[in-house]
Order: sequence, then structure tokens, then C-alpha cells
Amino acid sequence: MSKIAFLQGNEACAYGALYAGCRFFAGYPITPSTEVAEVMAKELPKVGGKFIQMEDEIGAMAAIIGASLTGVKSLTATSGPGFSLKQENLGYACITEVPCVIINVMRGGPSTGMPTGPSQSDVMQAKWGTHGDHPAICIVPASVQELFTETVRAFNLSEKYRMPVTVMPDEIVGHMRERIEIPEPGVIPLTDRTPPSVEPEEYKPYDTRFGDVPPLAAFGSEYRFHVTGLNKAEDGFPTTRAELVQQEEERQMRKIEDHIDDIVSYEEYMLDDADVAVVAFGSTARSARFAVREAREAGIKAGLFRIITYWPFPEKQIAGIAGRVKAIITPEMNLGMTFHEVMRCAAGKSTVSGIFRVDGEPINPGQILDKIKEALR
Amino acid sequence: MSFDYEKYIRPGKLPHIWCPGCGHGIVMKGLIRAMDALGMKKNNTAIVSGIGCASRLPGYIDCCTLHTTHGRAVAFATGIKMAKPEMQVLCVGGDGDGVAIGGNHFIHACRRNINITYLIMNNNIYGMTGGQFSPTTPTGAKASTTPYGNPDPPFDIAKLAIGAGATFVARGTAYHANQIEKLLVEAIRHKGFSVVEILDSCPTTYGRRNRFRSVVEMMNNLKEIAVSVQAAEHMSPEQMQGKVLTGVLYRDNRPEYVEEYQKVIEAAQDFAG
Ligand SMILES: Cc1ncc(C[n+]2csc(CCOP(=O)(O)OP(=O)(O)O)c2C)c(N)n1
Ligand code: SF4
Repeated sequence: MSKIAFLQGNEACAYGALYAGCRFFAGYPITPSTEVAEVMAKELPKVGGKFIQMEDEIGAMAAIIGASLTGVKSLTATSGPGFSLKQENLGYACITEVPCVIINVMRGGPSTGMPTGPSQSDVMQAKWGTHGDHPAICIVPASVQELFTETVRAFNLSEKYRMPVTVMPDEIVGHMRERIEIPEPGVIPLTDRTPPSVEPEEYKPYDTRFGDVPPLAAFGSEYRFHVTGLNKAEDGFPTTRAELVQQEEERQMRKIEDHIDDIVSYEEYMLDDADVAVVAFGSTARSARFAVREAREAGIKAGLFRIITYWPFPEKQIAGIAGRVKAIITPEMNLGMTFHEVMRCAAGKSTVSGIFRVDGEPINPGQILDKIKEALR
Repeated sequence: MSFDYEKYIRPGKLPHIWCPGCGHGIVMKGLIRAMDALGMKKNNTAIVSGIGCASRLPGYIDCCTLHTTHGRAVAFATGIKMAKPEMQVLCVGGDGDGVAIGGNHFIHACRRNINITYLIMNNNIYGMTGGQFSPTTPTGAKASTTPYGNPDPPFDIAKLAIGAGATFVARGTAYHANQIEKLLVEAIRHKGFSVVEILDSCPTTYGRRNRFRSVVEMMNNLKEIAVSVQAAEHMSPEQMQGKVLTGVLYRDNRPEYVEEYQKVIEAAQDFAG
């Protein structure tokens, strides 16, 4: 029997991580994400897991990578300024291909910005924040229930593709309280990284004979290996051989590019016959759903495309919508990040206009409804 | 019979990247001898480093090795040790890595007293990037970024470690090769955060700029400035001018972090019934 609970988004996120088998958390307090750490501090030791409050976010990101290398599923949680500090080691997790999950509860920025105000302005940072080419998976839940289930999915994706995954609720979703259903253990299937099948002497941490996601052994097992943030060859040791570096970097991108349909998730609402589509995510998508319903009541054929996986971006789906509707609207709590992505995907097939808000106030349904009417004029 | 370094060296990974006359190789030999003396199991040992010439050491040693980001080795190592306490975890790196960019992680690892041994190869300079001054470059010394002499006062790494709460602190030099092994054996045996600082030499970027005419001269300098803790007992403050203490400088017994966290687990489980 599943359990019914009344939880805050951040709490649900922590319980999702525990459900997914997370047994290590390292973090540094920051509003509006701190509740994730607080629940982990309380719950992890009960199940024999470990919690550590590090001296800063750089150290927290480092610690979860270290822990994950011993085979333990690991989590950190932060917000804006802390997410910025994590970027270098996030890149390290990408190039070394160490699974881990990062929660970034989005608040206003840049810099200290608006610590208690909601925002959706870190979505570009989730992809481009760390230097160099690297794959990225980023999930943007819109409800407390989804924060639970999508955190589980984040762990599964991270284990499956051997890479860091970020889950980024906006502050409203992180702090809202809702009734949720926590499924019995085992109801949501869990994924574990593929362990090596070769003898220890033969093991290479980036052995492409096993495909684009090579098996990962654990430190402290019968396998021992080297891990470096330098460009590396299949055996894990640094190389500067041009063709090897090129191959390795391209392989890492293929982990995403060849599995877009497995990773991308979204929700469509009244889109089939729509003349105008709202593309939104997080708490803004909740307002958008209201607006769409009201528009329908007023006889306007409006629909909603709700982004759940932000990276990789649902390019194919948006391009499809752009070919069917007259107008697309992108309401978001930033100054046009999704707008530009949607423009790129729409490629001139429909008009695209945005509602951009960075004043710490949520975008309300009325604002979106007005824009829907305006777009069809 | 001569000592067999091959046992802990990764076949095929030599020659190393270090310049002729660099002290890092001597320190590595000491580490390997200590590992052998302690009978350390390769699969059960993690060696973690940051970035720098010194931090390239783990790549040559045949165990679980992690070459991380600049300054962050101890934080990565903390994750490993917490998640798998049965592993022996060592950190290695340079002075810049350890106490400049990594200073915050360093002092907090000392404070927690987590059972990790940190081997710092202090050559008083940023070797890898071509000889910029570090937090241990002596005042007045020349570096590529102190062309008129260094205005900064240096850190005393051992004092920093003691002040921050490390429970075993030792210092040796690259000249006193046999002592490196002994200090490391004691440090690794010690339960808690142990720091071994080895005064090292970078002839390429430090020696050259600071009037050391040869590698031998740099080594002789290490020999001359080092005074053992025992010998220092019989020396006056005047005699100690310009000298550095070597040997085991500090030893204490304080609760170890992972063991303390185990108590948290027990308390939480009691609480949960
Ligand atoms: C974040 C970051 N900043 C700067 C550097 C450049 N860098 C590489 S090694 C190094 C200094 C290394 O000096 P030290 O730790 O003393 O080791 P040594 O090379 O002397 O052995 C610096 C500044 C870097 N790799 N990463
Ligand atoms: S630059 Fe200095 S520290 Fe680096 S390998 Fe050469 S001698 Fe050693």
C-alpha cells in the first residue's frame, strides 16, 4: 500500500532520494533549499546512510563524487550562489562519468539576488554553467508529487548514463505543501550503474567495448582504477592524443543524444487542436494550466506544453507544436531563457512571445490569459 | 636485497612527469616504502590528490586513485572515507593545492579529525604553473609573480594544522629520505586526521630564481635548516633562527569523525525504534 503524506516540496525531494536508494548526502545550508539537507540529516542515519555538512558547496560537490565512487548513491542540494560554486566539480563529475544528483532550488539572482524569492533563471546554467563541452540532464518538476518521483528518476538516469543529473524546482515548488502518495518500496523501479563483468586485471573504467556507457566499478572492491579530470583514455589515464580526446568527448555527448526519447519527458494539456500553445515549466506551468482552461471557457483554443526534462530540451516536440499552432507563449520567471530555446526550435513556423518576470512574484493566470488573447489578435 | 618499488607502481605509467632534481619523486619513494611497511592492501587504499606537479603522484601508484580538482582533494577524500570507512584514505598534493585554494577544506578536515592522512609536498612555490608564489613562499623570495621579492608573509603548515585540530602533525624534508617513510608509517597508523609536511624542492621554478646554483645546493639547504625535535631541545632561540623543526611535532587523541558519526547512526536508529 502506498503511503499518503502531506509534504513540502523540498521534503518530498529528500524522501524521493531516500526511496531511490541514496545513502550519502553532503551539503551546505542555503535558502530556499535547506529543508532537503535537514530531512537528509534526520533520515539518512536511520537507514545507515551518512550525512555531512561540508565547509562550502565546492566541498559538498566533491564529497558526493568521492562517495559515489565507492558505489553509494549520493546527493547534494543547493540554490543559486551554491550552484555557482559547484560548477567546477560538476564538470569533474561529467568528465569522469560519476553518477550523482544535484538539487538546485531556484531563487532570484545573479549573486545573492533574492534569497527567498522564486525564480527560474538557472536553467541555462544547468547546461552551460561548467566550462567545456559536456552532456547535461536537468529536470524541472512542477508539484510536490513530481519532486518526489522526478528525484527518483534523476537517480535512475544518473546511474543509467553514468553522469550527474540536476533537479531544479523553483522556490515555489520547493516550498509548497501538497498531499502526495509515496509508493511502496519497489513500485518505482530503480536503476543501478552497470558493474564490470570482466576480471579485475582487464577492467578499464571507460571501456567502450561495452557501449557508450561503460561499466563502473567501486573503489574498495576487487577492482582498482585511476580517475582523473584530465582528458583520459579508456584506461582512465590522462592522454593528449588528439583522436582519443575527440572520441571520448563525442562519446560522452552520445550518451544523451542517442537516448533523447528515453530522457525527455513532458506533459501536454489540450494541445491537440490548439491555435495557441503555452510552453512553461515548474510553478509557472501551474498558472499556465489555469489560463488555458479559462481561455477554453472563453472559446479560445489554447493548450499547454509543460516541460519536465529541461535538458536535453524537448526540441522535436516544440518543433512539432510550432508547425501546428499560430502562436507560442513562453511565460517564465527569468528574462527569456526558454523563449530563446523555443524560438530556435520553432524556426519561424509560429510566432513566439514571452512573459518574463524577475521581480520575485509568480506569473499569475490572468497575465497568461491576456497574452493568449493578444497573441491571436 | 634492494627494495622492490615495482610492487606498488603501476606498470607502464613511468617515466613520471617530474623534472630532474624535483623532490616529489623522493617523497613518492618514501610513501611506497611506508605502504609496504604497513602491508597496505592496494584494493583497500585510496590515494586522492588535487592539481599540481605533486598531485600527479597518485597516477603512478597501483591502488584506487583519484586525481581531482585544484585544492579539493580532502573534500573528495572525506566523501570516500565517510561512505566506505574500511578503506585507508590518503591525500597528497602541493603547498598551493593544500593551503591556498584548498585551505578551507584542509582546516575543516583537521577540525573534524577524520581518519585520513594528508601528505603535503611543500616546495614553497606553484611548480606546475611555472613558479608563482604560494602561501608558503618566504617573504622576500622571488617568484614569477613577485619579481621584486615576495611581500606576503608565509604560512607555517604544521602550526596551521595543529591550530585547526589535526591530531598528528609531522614534518620532514626531501633530503631526509628515510625519515619520510617513518613519519608516514606513524601518520597512517594514527587514528584521526594526520598531516605530514615534507619540505621539498622545485629547482626548475624556485631554485633558479632564488640563487640556488644546483639541485645539490637546494638539497643541502634542506639538510642545513632541518633540526629534529630532539636536537631542538638543546638549542637556544638564537640558534633556532632560520631553522625548521622536523619529526613528529604534535600528537593528540580526540574522537575520530567517522566513529562519531557511527554514534549518530546508532542514536537515530534507537530513536526510530
Ligand atoms: C581552479 C584552478 N585554479 C588554478 C589552476 C592552475 N594551477 C594548476 S597547478 C597550480 C599550482 C600548483 O602548485 P602546488 O599545489 O604547490 O604544487 P606543485 O606544482 O608545486 O607541485 C595552479 C595554480 C587550476 N588547475 N585550477
Ligand atoms: S616544476 Fe618544480 S615541482 Fe614541478 S616537476 Fe619540475 S621541479 Fe618538480
